[in-house]
Amino acid sequence: MGKTFIEKMLAKKSGKESVKVGEIVTVKPDHLLTHDNTAAIISKIEPELKKYGVVDPEFPVIVLDHVIPAASEKHASGHQKIRSFIKEHDIKNFFDVGEGICHQVVYEKGLALPGMLVVGSDSHTCSYGAVGAMSTGIDRTEAASLLLIGEMWLKVAPSIKVTVKGKLQSGVSAKDVILKLIGNIGADGATYCAVEFHGEIDNFSIDERFTIANMGIEMGAKIAVFPVDVYTREFLDSIGINSDSYEEVWADEDAEYMEELTIDLDKITPVIAKPHTVDNIVGISETEGLPMDQGLIGTCTNGRVSDFREAAEILKGKKVAENFRLLLLPASRSIYRELVKEGLMAILVESGGVVLPPGCGPCLGAHQGVLAPGEKCLSTANRNFKGRMGCKDAEIYLGSAQTVAASALHGKITDPRKEIQ
Amino acid sequence: MRVWKYGDDINTDMLFPGKYTYTCSTPEEIKPHLLEDLDPDFSKQVQPGDIIFAGKNFGCGSSREQPAVGLKHAGIRAVVAKSFSRIFYRAALNQGLLLIESPESVEAYREGDRIEIREKEGKIIVGDKEFNFPSLPDSIMGIMEAGGLLEYTRRRLGKS
Repeated sequence: MGKTFIEKMLAKKSGKESVKVGEIVTVKPDHLLTHDNTAAIISKIEPELKKYGVVDPEFPVIVLDHVIPAASEKHASGHQKIRSFIKEHDIKNFFDVGEGICHQVVYEKGLALPGMLVVGSDSHTCSYGAVGAMSTGIDRTEAASLLLIGEMWLKVAPSIKVTVKGKLQSGVSAKDVILKLIGNIGADGATYCAVEFHGEIDNFSIDERFTIANMGIEMGAKIAVFPVDVYTREFLDSIGINSDSYEEVWADEDAEYMEELTIDLDKITPVIAKPHTVDNIVGISETEGLPMDQGLIGTCTNGRVSDFREAAEILKGKKVAENFRLLLLPASRSIYRELVKEGLMAILVESGGVVLPPGCGPCLGAHQGVLAPGEKCLSTANRNFKGRMGCKDAEIYLGSAQTVAASALHGKITDPRKEIQ
Repeated sequence: MRVWKYGDDINTDMLFPGKYTYTCSTPEEIKPHLLEDLDPDFSKQVQPGDIIFAGKNFGCGSSREQPAVGLKHAGIRAVVAKSFSRIFYRAALNQGLLLIESPESVEAYREGDRIEIREKEGKIIVGDKEFNFPSLPDSIMGIMEAGGLLEYTRRRLGKS
């Protein structure tokens, strides 16, 4: 019997010949990602850190991104505490305010590679399945324990095989694909499972795979992963990663799956996730014309150059509607730089967009673009939970970058296919 | 003992709003905001020994652990749900908070029912009905028995 991706990965990482679904194994992840929550994590283990130190200074990856630049003295003190910790323990992989959103930074810096196991105290750590890594979110306490011992248990999850076929139509994006999938199987449709994407995946760029893997957690998945192909290798090469430095791992043809699904890309149309759950999916026609107060293009889900390029094509030479605020949140400094270089930033700003620093910004409602009671926001982020953008009496709708751009022009939900020539 | 009953997909933003994630980390700071946007009475009235009954996918969403830390600190005896999200499950275990996955118990529960939990036996009694739930594997039971992961790790470091 063949093996799934997660069975192969967890056998490899636990030093066993083979493992089976349901088995609990002890593993040493390759990296531990933490962000602004590092301050709370290290506070739990101060005496132990003094006595035993960090297990390996190369092991943690720490990115300040969640509330940057600091929104209050309390946030600033957290950042300060983290910087002292970095110095004291000589942590090698530290990225200070402005470098970008942790998941984008991990991916751009080559800290998640094919065949690696990366865990992080952030639920969207599942994003690195885009490049064939096994990655998943954990809590702060697990992160604290990992800093000390570098080891944890993981259960071998059953796997779901999603086979994609066909090609996306113009005006439809990877965001619509993953939203549609979540809508079909539900917010708990893949709970505890490893989701593997198979089939004509070369129809997805690495950016698009990132968008899809990023939202794996929104269907409850432990991991969401793509095989390594020519695009992955090209991407890794472009960030200076030599193919000798990673090991490609993928499922066998005859692996055993708990469930098998097929997605026909030709049939996907733009969709919207209505408040207050990500699986509350409707075709865009059902919400078309609904007035919005704010739009957000960016975040770790859709804050890459390709997303802004698509948005700029729609917004070029036009103006955002009156009484509508369009927020732009590039996922990293390097994306920001590229947007400037390509002239996309000028297009987006001239259309009326407000650029935020590369971080998590309004996505979790801590600062920047918090909503007022009764307001509605159309966002490319990954969650529309009640209160998510700082106000429990506001509504969040999710869609693609193209959908947000088209809607920004009219101040109401608009099918992007109508704005694409 | 009071039972707090909630529906499906109770996410981490409902259990503890994201806007407090980087300003409230200690159990004392967390408690007043527990379930703030879902049930404002909860944090004021919750008592040690209370139980939460909920539908499927309890704890979905963010990896923030404040919901698990806060519920443990508030003295919640157990959360009984039809299913739990993976990250919350781990977070609760790491705090030593008992989670019972038992869809039958949730279906059976009626207001006023007596609840008895015998975790060592893997049994929960709801009114006059008794249900079994799978106990934790031995390799993980040690974390619960130590009262949470950090204590477990401390003991391990102390031995080495």
